[in-house]
Amino acid sequence: MNNAQLEIQLIASLVAIACAIPGTFLVLRKMAMISDAISHSILPGIVIGFFISHDLNSPLLILFAALTGIITVVIVEYIQKTGLVKEDTAIGLVFPILFSIGVILIAKNANDVHIDTDAVLLGELAFAPFDRLIVGGTDIGPKSLWIIGTILLVTVTLLITFFKELKLSTFDKGLAASLGFSPAIIHYGLMSVSSVTTVGAFDAVGAILVVALMIAPAAAAYLLTTDLKKMLALAIGFGVLSAVLGYWVAHLLDASIAGSITTVLGLVFLMVYLFAPSKGIIAVMYREKQQRTEVSLLTFLLHLKNHDDLSERHVKHLNEHINWQKVRSKTVLDLAQKNNMIVIKDNIVSLTEKGDAFTSKAIDYIITNEDAQIEDMKDDFFLFRG
Amino acid sequence: MLGSFAVLRKQSLLGDAISHAALPGIAIAFLITGAKDTNTLLLGALVSGLIGTFWIRSIVTKTHLKSDTALGLILSVFFGFGMLLLTFIQKQPNANQAGLDKYLFGQAATLVESDVWMMAIVTGICLIVMLTFWKEFKILLFDADYTKTLGFNTKTIDILITSFIVLAIVLGLQTVGVVLMSAMLLAPAAAARQWTNSLSKMVLLAAIFGAFSGVFGTAVSASQNNLSTGPVIVIVAGIFVLFSFVFSPKRGLLFKQIRFVKNRRDLELHKTLAFMYHIAETHDNISHPHTIKILNNFQGYTKGTLQKLVDRGFVELDGNMWHLTEEGFKTASNLYNQQNASDE
Repeated sequence: MNNAQLEIQLIASLVAIACAIPGTFLVLRKMAMISDAISHSILPGIVIGFFISHDLNSPLLILFAALTGIITVVIVEYIQKTGLVKEDTAIGLVFPILFSIGVILIAKNANDVHIDTDAVLLGELAFAPFDRLIVGGTDIGPKSLWIIGTILLVTVTLLITFFKELKLSTFDKGLAASLGFSPAIIHYGLMSVSSVTTVGAFDAVGAILVVALMIAPAAAAYLLTTDLKKMLALAIGFGVLSAVLGYWVAHLLDASIAGSITTVLGLVFLMVYLFAPSKGIIAVMYREKQQRTEVSLLTFLLHLKNHDDLSERHVKHLNEHINWQKVRSKTVLDLAQKNNMIVIKDNIVSLTEKGDAFTSKAIDYIITNEDAQIEDMKDDFFLFRG
Repeated sequence: MLGSFAVLRKQSLLGDAISHAALPGIAIAFLITGAKDTNTLLLGALVSGLIGTFWIRSIVTKTHLKSDTALGLILSVFFGFGMLLLTFIQKQPNANQAGLDKYLFGQAATLVESDVWMMAIVTGICLIVMLTFWKEFKILLFDADYTKTLGFNTKTIDILITSFIVLAIVLGLQTVGVVLMSAMLLAPAAAARQWTNSLSKMVLLAAIFGAFSGVFGTAVSASQNNLSTGPVIVIVAGIFVLFSFVFSPKRGLLFKQIRFVKNRRDLELHKTLAFMYHIAETHDNISHPHTIKILNNFQGYTKGTLQKLVDRGFVELDGNMWHLTEEGFKTASNLYNQQNASDE
């Protein structure tokens, strides 16, 4: 691993951290698509900044880009407030239009200049180490490393200072407002940070990767924990992991670094999505199946209680009458027997005392249908799961 | 057209997500066939677009992640993966690979006749399907639960609509490109929504707006040098939306503002009248004159409102004095009663 490689990975990791922090809050506040909108609509800002400064390295570019990012948010909110269209439509309308303006501005006026729409959208991490920051004749590292480092520092400082406020306003806007924190200030603060991060990161890694780095780690972390601090930590961890892994994948395939980091992020999310202990797809499916069996069991017990005829209680009857398949009836019968709810004698099923009591209780619950009792019932169910 | 459904279903950003998600499909189709045949590439885009859509669906229904997160996630991840594949393809020794990235931004000028035919055919199919299932689409859109109780298979209808949206997007990609596709899908529908409350009219209007911005945008872009078609079309569509937002008679901002101001004036008028009524009440004779001066410093009072009251015959002026007419007194007392009634 040579120096340049190390620097690339360092930049990617820093970007990952800087994105994961606002990303977590965006995901929690259901505003994830805003980051996509910002990443596209900063284009006109960059172009205008370039026209004014005539220098691609000018900090003015970043300033204008961040400004357009915030303007996007404001416009989206304004349109939304008029109630003419829904929020998602507002986002979907604003950013393509701003992006179009950017593209047209480039096409009309800056054709000979090196601002490439491709480069804006995709970025090229591999070139980042060649763009050095020279201070007083000495080389102190790649420029994007400094930019993103500064942004990260600011973000972290803001996060620590306003952690309480952010947390409160994210989860309970009403309470935050009544306690005297202005949700609007926090909202726009968060938006500004997202905007600045997007801009700072985009020239290193490209707009799409910024979006991926903001949303994917936070989404994966959200599936794993319900604790905000843990979620932040996990999101950062996922981000850095994907950044480093992604770099090596790109190295191996000789392909775009941004693309491969995104792919790794996608894979990480897919893994979490499938295998997360309580919220992953597999866990959810398992739970659903269990619940289905439980409901079946209850139906079956109720059926037994309602019918005294021997013919209605024959084992075969289950298949015909309640329309269950063999496997399912067997599962239900086994479960009931295991819990001592029923006894089977000569293929005739009858309720035991325990089963009878349980069924009466279940009917009670169903009739009264009160939330508190349902909670109790869940505990009961839990008892006979094993 | 299909955009109308997307807008009303609150799935507007789906268009954006799908158009990004189509990229890896294009790349994979190219990797497999090694040729740049439009149809296979579009098929690839269609498949990956559909995969993306259904993954989004399942994330939203199966986990507690919200739809925006799911959209953003799928969008960026699929796009990133597509980029990875594209850069990978670029390193391959295959002369055919150039121009794949044209799909990113689209270039209507590169369309050949067969593409146009293809689009026309697909549009025709969309139209036929939409007319056939019009009733089902409509009912699902506005009341999904009711549809289910009526015995329609909501899932099938849902998948049908989604597939057609994806199809439309994938076709549009060639013309306006990934980024701008979502605007093409949304803008005409959003504009049409402002003018009507009827679904059929809205779809029709959206189609007209869409076609108009297409033609107009192409014309502008052709007349100028160096203007790519996609962005111009989008901006034209955007202007349509802005125009609709401001000027639509029922929902538009302009008329809303006018109504708002009118309401406020009415209110001020009523306030002045009520104030006068209270003064007049203290006297036996309601036509007992008072000076205009006592009305000063009262919020609702301006010369305009007084003049209006006179015009309506509620008040009569006599030099610097005013007095309520019979009619004005009645209206004012009714006004008061009405307010009480509505309070209760």
